[in-house]
Amino acid sequence: MVPLLELEKITLVRSGRTVLDIEDFQLLERTRTAFMGPNGAGKSTLLLLLAGLLTPTTGAIRYRGQDLRSLNLDLWRQRTAMVLQEPVLLDRSVRRNIELGLIIRKRPAPERKRKVDEWLERLNITVLADRSARALSGGEARRVSLARALVLEPELLLLDEPFNSLDEDTTNNLINDLRRILPESGATTILVTHHREEAVALVETLCRMESGRIVSCRQLPA
Amino acid sequence: MELIWEGIREALNLLINLDLEVSAVTLLSLEVSGLAILLSILIGVPLGAALALKQFPGRGFLVSISNLGLGLPPVVVGLWVSIFLWRSGPLGFLGMMYSPGAIVIAQSVIAIPVVTSFSLAAFQQLNPRLRLLLQSLGANWWQSLWYLVQEARLGLLAAVMAGFGAIISEVGASMMVGGNIKGQTRVLTTAVSMEVSKGNFGMAIAISVILLLLTYIFVAAMTWAQQKRRPL
Repeated sequence: MVPLLELEKITLVRSGRTVLDIEDFQLLERTRTAFMGPNGAGKSTLLLLLAGLLTPTTGAIRYRGQDLRSLNLDLWRQRTAMVLQEPVLLDRSVRRNIELGLIIRKRPAPERKRKVDEWLERLNITVLADRSARALSGGEARRVSLARALVLEPELLLLDEPFNSLDEDTTNNLINDLRRILPESGATTILVTHHREEAVALVETLCRMESGRIVSCRQLPA
Repeated sequence: MELIWEGIREALNLLINLDLEVSAVTLLSLEVSGLAILLSILIGVPLGAALALKQFPGRGFLVSISNLGLGLPPVVVGLWVSIFLWRSGPLGFLGMMYSPGAIVIAQSVIAIPVVTSFSLAAFQQLNPRLRLLLQSLGANWWQSLWYLVQEARLGLLAAVMAGFGAIISEVGASMMVGGNIKGQTRVLTTAVSMEVSKGNFGMAIAISVILLLLTYIFVAAMTWAQQKRRPL
């Protein structure tokens, strides 16, 4: 089985320092993997690399066996969706924020409306649709940010500490929803987190990173 | 006080009767300053965006030059534009001295740094991760710029208002490069200056009221665009 993504002898050097050094890593389709590790281990940098927002200094990233360098980078980015640590929202309505990626990808208006309505409902934020993104709480903003990524139906979903700075109840509610949503979406998912319980609740494989290297990966019990 | 009321009465009289000379001066002011602010937006906004969003050698120097332009005296601009456009100057072959085009150039030189500096501040106030987000959603360079402009719109409209305010109110540069020629290069500010020097305070006040009115209409329209209700 050809993996969805394969990283081979990847290094990334920034300001003279090697921030990523990955010998070999494979990501199978429709799997969910979490990366844990101390600050500065390279977890978020790895996500930026996989999102096509950074280019490796050496090595190759292969998508279904094809080197990413031979693919159009904009097209590659359109197969992925990323949720940043901080839910960066435009000063527009919630609906407009969620459909942003669909507008950028030039999807027709009826399709945009149908998909946005669907994800507003799946993330329990239909009531917020016409509200300004400025007026949202932290948990609501996080849900909008997740909806904006999931509405794109990405092949690869990259979640960079999506529960960062949320209170415990809000985090638990969101984890409960994502536990249902992520398998339904079918997206191959990578989660970066500092909290083991978040990883255990949402993924099948847990990897550990240290000093830019993936030092271990293991399957979690179902 | 009597002088002020007389001036206001005369302004109303000129407006109601559509005085041909004043109408021509007003129209020329609008044309010249309108074109200058348009040029300043076309140059200043992308320049402000580039200075805010890109890192390159000499960037800090360019920012300081742009900020220096905020305090650029119009009469100094008028002098240097005159030197360039003068018959024997480097751009003398264009034959633009004492033409409305010369005033457009001088006013653009005044407004471009203003629009650039305010735009730079507006773009720098945006969340630095916004660009990353747009790229991650698949936006190309132009799409990213479009959304950044939309997000910075409040600051950018302030940039346009500041730029327009700087040029509609300046007199030194227009006087020097335009020459205040009746029917050709006389604009509202140079007309006020001339009427005062002739002792026609009533007429000067009348024209100044028209100038204020025009400026207010422009700024009010921009303010409406800037402050109009956003969804809550």
